[in-house]
Amino acid sequence: MERIKLTIDGAPVEVDPGSTVLDAARKAGVHVPTLCFHPELRLEGSCRLCVVEIEGMQSLAASCVYPASSGMRVRTNSEVVRKTRKSIVELLLANHPQDCLVCPRHGTCELQEVSHQLGVRKVRFKNDARALAQDQSSVAVVRDPNKCILCGRCIRICEQVQKVSAIGLAGRGSKAVVTTPFGHGLAEGPCVACGQCIKVCPVAALKEADATEQTWRALSDPTLHTVVQVAPAVRAALGEEFGMRPGALVTEKLVTSLRKLGFNQVFDTQFGADLTIVEEGHELLRRLNESKHLPLITSCSPGWVKYAEHFCPEMLEHLSTCKSPQQMLGALVKTYYAEKIGVMPSNIFHVAIMPCTAKKFEASRPEMGRDGVRDVDAVLTTRELAAMLKEAGIDFANLPDSEFDLPLGMSSGAGGIFGVTGGVTEAVLRSVTELKTGKELEEIEFQGVRGFAGVREAVIALNGMTLKVAIVNSLGQAEKLLKKVKQGEAEYHFIEIMGCPSGCIGGGGQPFSKDPEIKHKRAAALYRQDHMKRVRKSHENPAIRELYRTFIGDPNGEKAHALLHTHYHARPRY
Amino acid sequence: MQYIRSHVLICAGTGCTSSGCKSVEQAMRAEIERLGLTKEVKIVQTGCFGFCKIGPIVMIYPEGSFYCYVKPEDAADLAQQHLLKGRLVERLLYRDVQNPKPTAFFTDIGFYKKQYRVALANCGAIDAENIEEYIGVDGYQALARVVSSMTPAEVIHTVKASGLRGRGGGGFSTGLKWEFAAKALGAVKYVVCNADEGDPGAFMDRSILEGDPHSVIEAMAIAGYAIGARQGYVYVRAEYPIAVHRLSIAIEQARKLGILGQGVFGSTFGFDISIRLGAGAFVCGEETALLASIEGKRGMPKPRPPYPAIKGLWDKPTLINNVETFANIPQIILRGPEWFASMGTENSKGTKVFALAGNINNTGLVEVPMGTTLREIVYDIGGGIPDNRAFKACQTGGPSGGCLPAALLDTPVDYDSLTAVGSMMGSGGLIVMDENTCMVDVARFFLEFTQDESCGKCVPCREGTKRMLEILEDITKGHGTAADIDLLEELSVTIKGASLCGLGQTAPNPVLASLRFFRDEFNAHIQDKKCPAGVCQELLTFSIIPEKCKGCTLCKKVCPVNAIAGAVKTVHTIDTAKCIKCGACIPKCPFKAIVR
Repeated sequence: MERIKLTIDGAPVEVDPGSTVLDAARKAGVHVPTLCFHPELRLEGSCRLCVVEIEGMQSLAASCVYPASSGMRVRTNSEVVRKTRKSIVELLLANHPQDCLVCPRHGTCELQEVSHQLGVRKVRFKNDARALAQDQSSVAVVRDPNKCILCGRCIRICEQVQKVSAIGLAGRGSKAVVTTPFGHGLAEGPCVACGQCIKVCPVAALKEADATEQTWRALSDPTLHTVVQVAPAVRAALGEEFGMRPGALVTEKLVTSLRKLGFNQVFDTQFGADLTIVEEGHELLRRLNESKHLPLITSCSPGWVKYAEHFCPEMLEHLSTCKSPQQMLGALVKTYYAEKIGVMPSNIFHVAIMPCTAKKFEASRPEMGRDGVRDVDAVLTTRELAAMLKEAGIDFANLPDSEFDLPLGMSSGAGGIFGVTGGVTEAVLRSVTELKTGKELEEIEFQGVRGFAGVREAVIALNGMTLKVAIVNSLGQAEKLLKKVKQGEAEYHFIEIMGCPSGCIGGGGQPFSKDPEIKHKRAAALYRQDHMKRVRKSHENPAIRELYRTFIGDPNGEKAHALLHTHYHARPRY
Repeated sequence: MQYIRSHVLICAGTGCTSSGCKSVEQAMRAEIERLGLTKEVKIVQTGCFGFCKIGPIVMIYPEGSFYCYVKPEDAADLAQQHLLKGRLVERLLYRDVQNPKPTAFFTDIGFYKKQYRVALANCGAIDAENIEEYIGVDGYQALARVVSSMTPAEVIHTVKASGLRGRGGGGFSTGLKWEFAAKALGAVKYVVCNADEGDPGAFMDRSILEGDPHSVIEAMAIAGYAIGARQGYVYVRAEYPIAVHRLSIAIEQARKLGILGQGVFGSTFGFDISIRLGAGAFVCGEETALLASIEGKRGMPKPRPPYPAIKGLWDKPTLINNVETFANIPQIILRGPEWFASMGTENSKGTKVFALAGNINNTGLVEVPMGTTLREIVYDIGGGIPDNRAFKACQTGGPSGGCLPAALLDTPVDYDSLTAVGSMMGSGGLIVMDENTCMVDVARFFLEFTQDESCGKCVPCREGTKRMLEILEDITKGHGTAADIDLLEELSVTIKGASLCGLGQTAPNPVLASLRFFRDEFNAHIQDKKCPAGVCQELLTFSIIPEKCKGCTLCKKVCPVNAIAGAVKTVHTIDTAKCIKCGACIPKCPFKAIVR
């Protein structure tokens, strides 16, 4: 099709058919301010901040939704455009709390940014910020309707990308609010705690439930032995919070920083991931032998698990009974490790640093502990850890390197790629093929399962049989795939489901980023880590072998079931 | 065939239903039975006659005698005098406000003289619940002609040639809209009838659905044929139970006769209609919000383009017209586009239905050729203003329109003339205001309405109308400042220019028009802290003119808060600190000594 030729402020621009005026303006190098627009979401055109003047049109056009067409003459900075934009920001500020200095999004707030960009210097209306109650019912996500500017990004990601619809708009006019079904609070509805809403919120209307206070208290309690584990995706993103280039792999600085915060032991969730692979690999082989409950569906994404419990309870028997790496490691910290160092489990405070908000929910599940002791006592998001490091005055970018503590800090490269969509599958394949064939893999990298397409399929020859696998990222894609599976339109042996788009690297607890290439950069960091590892298959991790030999016994055995496996139950949606 | 010598038409529209036509009908039926006239007199419950103020209305044919304010106890007289003895019941005949002589025949009534009914042609003339009556007035002939002898292109050409423009407010060419939908690619298309009438006081569409539902069904089927749709939806407010009821009956009857369903009139063209009830949100009258609501989503507008004709209901090409627009279609087909185009002005063809309301003698529904002046509507049809008070303004276009002053009374009513003077045609609300109306307060009222009805999606409308309302409230309370007018105008530019849908884009119109024509009233409120019309309570101070006061104590007795002091036969005074400005004292004073 023919390219569209138009002018933006007099300068000619060419764009592809289907482009919007905003696309054209950006191509022309004009930074048109936006709020409701988000590159990963369906267009809304509701904030009207991106208005431009198009010659021949009576009113202004919202450039983010207006299709570009040939011959169009667009003005992006005329007097009426500038005044209108300013006036829109002024209207938004007029009922927004004026507490920027103590706001958690100070510095990353998009409203603040556009206000600054447009030079809004005063608000001529009475400030009538609302005083509605915060929704603190969820252990993972907190909603503050007073900060909300009704851009609808959270609603759209929840409805369109995640297919959960835990939140929606209610009320009319200036009384409109984003709220939960019947206003009952997130915990009472189908919210899966994925935190994607937080990631797209331009202001502080959505944030994670705070675990930093609790962590600080534990760190300064001399009676507690503090242990921390760090998920793979955290090391691929934390540097961004400290001005490092996106995609920097900061593992060793991260370990040093955690010791500086005062943790007694620094373990690696990747150890838990290796253990998960061994358990899940055996589980898969067993199910393949018995031809039972296939496809096996992964269960390491807590958002996905909760989604399955709410939306497809009939599929629960397909979920792997393996706990997630966080909870496997958690169980070991409070048993294996506690025994080893001779400390009462109740005197160990175990913190998990996760790219994820749903991990907060997972850690709180009643199944995840024993004798009244939680396996994981607090879950911090990547952002929360960054905040703690900043508060502690740690110059992260210039820290020296150090290594994880052993044995629960030893991991394979396979455990590391868990953090990106397709990683679990690749890790499972590396182990299962060797376990099944008894021969060493010639090509360890399964390039076919990598990438970011919503649904990916692969067929792997496995000692005479073909193993059909599917990989999805985001719950919306999961819904689509499972529908096909349920209707018999697609058949697989193994399905990897990550609740968040692009997997854990795009988790709801990750740093806010406007880099359109961010997922590629973070993923590259994890694949780089894998490449550099001496051990790249989970079952070859010597610390894992040692663990089975001295503590657990057989994979999927009795002790393994007691400590490393779990069960699920259907949950109502409303 | 049964010979009926008299037809008793009883209006059964919502207005007359509220004023008690049901019991009138029962009483008439009983009376006719008692007199043994059941075989020769037929009672017909019709749709709206339009003259709602004087309901319940009973019209008796063949004479065309027009009885108003009929009560059940009048049934005996009407039956015995008129139906049995052939005498007019004078006391129930219509009397003009200006002329107390009774008018015997409906064609002589001023209210009807200048009207010309096209869309309302069958309202008040036929039994809406009987498809045969519709067929009896040439109903469904247009559809039959279309499916048997016209191509879709010919139908569209006819509609285009008629010059018909959308009656819902926008005024877009109906023929062009049909053409866009016809040209849109897609195997599945829809026809939607917008019956989500929401302007305060407007009830044109309701009356058509109540009085002539088949005309809408027929037109939708014609539209379906023209654009290639097989399914239609009528989106109608749940608050219109009579309309919904009669429309359901009509659809069922049309299905039974093979007019709807597979193979309309035995042709290969199939078309059916379903009803979707709206919950009464004003914004659902906006076409994209309406479609969202039909889809089961929250009724919120979507940016256009893409227009519904390309991507509408469930993303399929969709034609949306409002009730009144559709009601014109069968007659355009039957009588030809030239006939339709011969009425009206150059760019506004045909007639327009208005709901006359406010300070006017003849409130009700009127249909006039486009180009009729406001003066003709207000004075000739509307009968002027009660108690001969002075005309101050008339409001057209509902919350999207504006108040026009007396100087513009000779403005012809058509799309372009009304827009040119800062108002708009809108869907047909016409509210007349007399000298006792405060224009700032009216502007405030309309902003309150739009703020309430804004869906909350886009910032300019959601937040902007709230701030405009806030400023107007301040002004009516005496807290206005000179800067407020500038701020109102600035906000208006933002809201009009940047809002997502028509609701927001026209929301400032009532304020802008009033600022243009009644600026002195705004200034009086802001600078002098006075409400010239005496409406804005906070700005009123009650006082007694000493020269006029005779000390009769009547005001003192009626004052609920003992704010008036004074002995008998001495001049009274009002303690403004105590006075609650209820106004109870003013009508009590025989000497007009109390002023505000």
